[in-house]
Amino acid sequence: MKWLPVSPVTIPLLSLLSLLLLWVAAAELTADPEILPMPHALARPFWRELSSGALPYHLAHTGLRVLWAFALAMTIGTALGLIMGSYPAVDRWLDPWLVVFLNLPALVLIVLCYLWIGLNETAAIVAVTLNKIPNVTTILREGVRARDPNLRAMAQVFGMRRLTYLRHVLIPQLAPFIGAAARSGIAVIWKIVLVVEFLGRSNGVGFQIHLYFQLFNVALVLVYSLSFIAVMLLVEWLLLQPVERHVRRWRTS
Amino acid sequence: MIRVIVHRKAFGTTEILRDISFTIASGETVAVLGPSGIGKSTLLSLISGIDPAFTGQITRAKRMAIVFQEPTLLPWRSVLQNILLVHEDLARDAALAALARVGVAEKAALFPGQLSLGQQRRVALARAFAGRPQLLIMDEPFASLDPATAEDMLALTEALIAETGPATIFVTHARSEAERLADQIFELGGSPATIVTSQPRKDMP
Repeated sequence: MKWLPVSPVTIPLLSLLSLLLLWVAAAELTADPEILPMPHALARPFWRELSSGALPYHLAHTGLRVLWAFALAMTIGTALGLIMGSYPAVDRWLDPWLVVFLNLPALVLIVLCYLWIGLNETAAIVAVTLNKIPNVTTILREGVRARDPNLRAMAQVFGMRRLTYLRHVLIPQLAPFIGAAARSGIAVIWKIVLVVEFLGRSNGVGFQIHLYFQLFNVALVLVYSLSFIAVMLLVEWLLLQPVERHVRRWRTS
Repeated sequence: MIRVIVHRKAFGTTEILRDISFTIASGETVAVLGPSGIGKSTLLSLISGIDPAFTGQITRAKRMAIVFQEPTLLPWRSVLQNILLVHEDLARDAALAALARVGVAEKAALFPGQLSLGQQRRVALARAFAGRPQLLIMDEPFASLDPATAEDMLALTEALIAETGPATIFVTHARSEAERLADQIFELGGSPATIVTSQPRKDMP
């Protein structure tokens, strides 16, 4: 039997649909909307939060924090990874630090940042950034170690300018590693942002989840978390994946 | 004039090269012959400046080019970009002419991965000669090619050297290649390696 040609969106859609079916089945078995409401039962609270402006307001606050932490963690983490991958002497000194920070629980860093910096926006973003940097650094360091020494030698003998080397030789070699760090980064960062908001902010998706957790309102906890997951899926499909396809086109042609 | 004086090159306590000195005049081709593992590539990385850690002195040229055993192209940039990125003051037409000279002009817009290995090596040759190098360094450029392709590449390289006239140094383990291309052949031997014989090409007048 031959498979019919399927459009590239069909399988992800079917996959998401099966997840929805699983939810319906679970809700059916639970038979208690207080614990697990049916998917369609979320439509009304979702609409209420959307039209009151509360949902966009909190989504925007969380989104902004994710963006800041992501940009900072990627920049600092990449720079550190480049340095540690290029200079073994620096790597020997900083590697133990990396291990310490990799194994420091997110919660500890968040609590310490709030205690030391204060219950403010800076502390929130610093906490999330510090949580993500070691991960980016580790991935990028591997990338620097895996680069082709002959390309570097070639560039050196031909006297390629530093900036040209960076843009056309080094960054393209690191692209898969930067991509991996960004993909895993954005997912981890938004989860940590929620914890940060849960513990010490007065807006954002995490704050709302904290609020409705105390009110025992499962429906609204689900509305807020699912809304943000939807935003992240859009970022993935409309931004990350097209960029990745563009960068990888030399492999597929 | 390229002048090479290497008193000593060691990795840790293992001495690889000792007391190697020779000169290459512009337009002259020198072959370094020797079995694999003797230190030929190490010598080349000293001459090309890739490895600065040695005792001795090497005077190089301003415009240098290198051809490796592998094509060593940037797979994520087009064939034409591969020429232009290493020669930033080269005009587009000149880069296209360099590709035409080695017979791959119609591939200019493709990525290297879309070319055969033989074509990729031609691009590597075009890249080396496009900048009219004063010093050309080649590391086993004809190894691991089938005899017919190796003959094509040898003939092409011979013609390009004659047209451009760089001081050329290339290492090989095949005496036939050395005798065909070189004006002067140095044979490396011993441990640490040094020049054991040096002979001008047989058919030199």
